[in-house]
Amino acid sequence: MDWGALHTILGGVNKHSTSIGKIWLTVLFIFRIMILVVAAERVWGDEQDDFVCNTLQPGCRNVCYDHFFPISHIRLWALQLIFVSTPALLVAMHVAYRRHEKKKQFRKGDQKCEYKDIEEIRRQRFRIEGSLWWTYTSSIFFRLVFEAVFMYAFYFMYDGFRMPRLMKCNAWPCPNTVDCFVSRPTEKTVFTIFMIAVSSICILLNVAELCYLLVKFFLRRSRKAGNSKQQPNHENKEETKQNEMNELISDSCQNTVIGFSS
Amino acid sequence: MSWAFLRDLLSGVNKYSTGIGRIWVAVVFMFRLLVYVAAAENIWKHEHDEFECNIKQPGCENVCFDHFFPVSHIRLWALQLIMVSTPSLLVVFHVAYRENREKHHNQKLYRNPGKIDGGLLCTYLISLILKTGLEIVFLVLFYKLYDGFKIPRLVKCDIKPCPNTVDCYISKPTEKMIFLYFLVATSCLCIVLNLSELSYLIFKYSIKCYLKRDMKKQQ
Repeated sequence: MDWGALHTILGGVNKHSTSIGKIWLTVLFIFRIMILVVAAERVWGDEQDDFVCNTLQPGCRNVCYDHFFPISHIRLWALQLIFVSTPALLVAMHVAYRRHEKKKQFRKGDQKCEYKDIEEIRRQRFRIEGSLWWTYTSSIFFRLVFEAVFMYAFYFMYDGFRMPRLMKCNAWPCPNTVDCFVSRPTEKTVFTIFMIAVSSICILLNVAELCYLLVKFFLRRSRKAGNSKQQPNHENKEETKQNEMNELISDSCQNTVIGFSS
Repeated sequence: MSWAFLRDLLSGVNKYSTGIGRIWVAVVFMFRLLVYVAAAENIWKHEHDEFECNIKQPGCENVCFDHFFPVSHIRLWALQLIMVSTPSLLVVFHVAYRENREKHHNQKLYRNPGKIDGGLLCTYLISLILKTGLEIVFLVLFYKLYDGFKIPRLVKCDIKPCPNTVDCYISKPTEKMIFLYFLVATSCLCIVLNLSELSYLIFKYSIKCYLKRDMKKQQ
């Protein structure tokens, strides 16, 4: 189980996404997950071993490292990527549910069903409308929320996005104030800024996709409203015709009744 | 042999699960297995090397580490993941047994061997109860072994060969605590999912039974 498995799961959702969604997925896998696994993990690999404090006091280094890095950048990014990928599962589950319903219909031999075989149902791409639209839109909304929360958490915990070279530590058992030096601060700053930049791009893509879906929804609604306005004219004409027929029938009936009574 | 085996196993189980069961599989994959492999494993990787005691006495660090961490958090976490996923195998075996029986007798004995009814329902309910039980057992084990879910920065050790009392410092205690709370939260979520699935199935099938009895009475 690793990022490859996530790729398999999300790849399935890709088929039913909009074009912006497909771009988002590509950005996620190439510029975030791949960079994390191939490069960032190496940069942060020796973070505690090479975190050096100017003291021989045992325990001081451990305590200072824990104080300045409550949760490592690399772990925060891994959590962010996992949380941001999870809403896509909602869409995958909804699509699987729809497929299951269609398969049930097909098996019952429903004549309304327009598929030739089960394979076609499996391969079918569903359009984003109806309840699937709501699921898809909520998944984008949650993605945005998670991205924003993690970026804020990052900024809050590390007081900006820069990695300092030197940190002054006076947590017990360090005697007085001790200078501690972070390993590879410039490389870490570069990667941090890169990851934040790509997060921002992903946020923009999500906002664009949300706007696109909303515009599409309102356009479809106005088209439906336009169609239903044309129909009442036809209905009125038919109603007048029916009224004329009814009058003719009632007139002829009355004549017959009068005829009988007399 | 790696976590991919567990992933394939759970994907196989997914076919015969209810909707809530599928959500449970997704939670185990994304929030437990993936977080374990991608993040948590690396935090505990060098826990022994980074465990430092304020003493030069050889053997003292080893003895103190062994005393405070009889079984490392990360190993308990891995064991929990494996144990909690295993009861689902019962369902897979039962379905395979049904299909085998049909093949052996060369006739259709079940309307659908994968549908949860009759004996398979009992097996499914037993697997749910086992899953929930194991989750609770591991949570209690974590709580008892480590005195709550805290990880202190400093532990005081006075076991031989350490002379007197010695200060020992644990590496990355805050990060470890954050992930431990994450583990507890996801375990509780899985317990809630299992219990809701259990109640849903019991409710569904008691209604079915009741309706069948009602129809028979009317006839």
